[in-house]
Amino acid sequence: MNAADLATDGGAGGDVLAVVDHRRGDLRDVSFELITAGSELAEALGGELHLAVVSGDVERFAEELDRPGVAAIHTVTDGEEFDHGVYQQAVEALDADLSPAAIVMPNSVNGLDYAPAVAEALDLPLVTDAVDFSYDGGLSVTREMYGSKVETTVDVAGDRFALTIRGGEWPAAEGTGDAAIEPFDLEIDEAALGARVQGFEEVGGGDVDISEAEVLVSVGRGIEEEENLDLVRDLADALGATLSSSRPIVDNGWLPKNRQVGQSGKVVTPKVYIAVGISGAVQHVAGMKGSETIVAINTDPNAPIFDIADYGIVGDLFDVVPELIEEFEG
Amino acid sequence: MKVLVTVKEVAEVGDDFAIEGTGIAESDLEYDLNEWDDYAVEAGVQLAEADVADEVVAVTIGPERSEETIRMALAKGADRAVRVWDDALTEEFLDVAGKVSLLEAVVAEEEPDLVLSGVQAADDSFGATGVALADRIGFEHAAVVNDLEVAADAGVANVHRELEGGVEELTEVDLPAVLTVQTGLNEPRYASLRGIRQAQRKEIAAKELSDLGLSAEEVASALTLTEMYEPESESDAEMIEGDAGEAAGRLAEVLREKGVGA
Repeated sequence: MNAADLATDGGAGGDVLAVVDHRRGDLRDVSFELITAGSELAEALGGELHLAVVSGDVERFAEELDRPGVAAIHTVTDGEEFDHGVYQQAVEALDADLSPAAIVMPNSVNGLDYAPAVAEALDLPLVTDAVDFSYDGGLSVTREMYGSKVETTVDVAGDRFALTIRGGEWPAAEGTGDAAIEPFDLEIDEAALGARVQGFEEVGGGDVDISEAEVLVSVGRGIEEEENLDLVRDLADALGATLSSSRPIVDNGWLPKNRQVGQSGKVVTPKVYIAVGISGAVQHVAGMKGSETIVAINTDPNAPIFDIADYGIVGDLFDVVPELIEEFEG
Repeated sequence: MKVLVTVKEVAEVGDDFAIEGTGIAESDLEYDLNEWDDYAVEAGVQLAEADVADEVVAVTIGPERSEETIRMALAKGADRAVRVWDDALTEEFLDVAGKVSLLEAVVAEEEPDLVLSGVQAADDSFGATGVALADRIGFEHAAVVNDLEVAADAGVANVHRELEGGVEELTEVDLPAVLTVQTGLNEPRYASLRGIRQAQRKEIAAKELSDLGLSAEEVASALTLTEMYEPESESDAEMIEGDAGEAAGRLAEVLREKGVGA
């Protein structure tokens, strides 16, 4: 028994439990977006928003997370860094204690390492990577399919469910609230922890720091073959720009990891970002949307890259790029 | 050890497509092996080549059409395959728990020591099946793995998990485990002609719900796909028109104004 029991009011049923994300001593942005999404959902369900903060410096995190709309923040002190076993046990114990209608988690790399297991263990229907939702007697979730080419609505049957939300889709909650901060006493089942974090490694170091470049020529899947990379190298040279790329180019081993722009690579904010043959998958956009001016060259007029571009050319890069090199060298 | 690799045939949509109801017009779809699963297959085959795995079995959930795709996994070196499908699933938008029930039944028959699965499927991008399966079958797991070393004698897998922002988490995972594989883990091979020929003779065991001791109710989905639409373009880009030369000329002007190439 612990203080958290007091907050449940005998399980009103419409409460939302949101689980925040942190890493190496910092709360991740999605945590504050979870508060916004979570309070919207709690309001629709007629319940309250509870946050779970698991591992690390939970007291400091709880203070930062005390934003308007948060009823209670449950802190679990076990562990320092993310361990999916600890997270799973903590969320399941909080679920037993609070009986929330909804558990909302981030669709981050760590979120995807425990949210599906939690939903499975608690027998909750799960919808991942939500970009929007509405609730009218039942939950309807908006999510993308086919690499962002279409949006879909997914209706969820049942009164209880688990949801993961995409980062950057809800605004971060701001202001100061008056949440109750409630230490939650978790009895960890150590025997059930079968994955042990040994450490972390920074990748993508080396001679070039693309995040320092003022002008980036960035190449994507549209370049088709490794041999064709010379074309964008020539463009970068002609413009006095630095060459970067989207993920598939690095996956193929055509460029080193330190050239990768995106969620798992570098976040860049150059004066000018020229996307050549990049469709603009959400993971890529996350790494370059802060660029001052974005130029996109792509054959597909519906490519999501044009949604964030300032200038666009719908055309074949193999036609346009040589002409552009000519403009600057000729 | 025995490795089970989950693979999915995914539909890919070209630049031009039509939406019919809650799906894409069949004529606008092309089917292929899910990109993430290609890396999972490669990881399984490399374990076999290194004599860590004795057998690599591919499993898919999909209609008869998907045999063409799963045969690609066989051509690349998987030993045999299991394909699960049932007429009762045709109209369903299968949810994670339903897929897990189907895979759980296959795991019970195959008894693998390691399950490799792609991080997500390129079509619906749920990214949840592998980790949910691990919980159901009592395996340990790791999601978004981009480096893998199996120490079978020690009963562990040493993995890197690709976190956001160019950071990798180094983790030791007890076996048996489910690992969800990120692109870039390895270099997936192309199927050789010999591999393709051999794949024709490899077994693809088709299983229906009743073969797995499951009922339609047990895999009924809690999710319904009710709408599909093209997102409204949020673009306020200045689109530069004209042929390649004209467009490049105009873009060069813009870039010079921004101080590029000065």
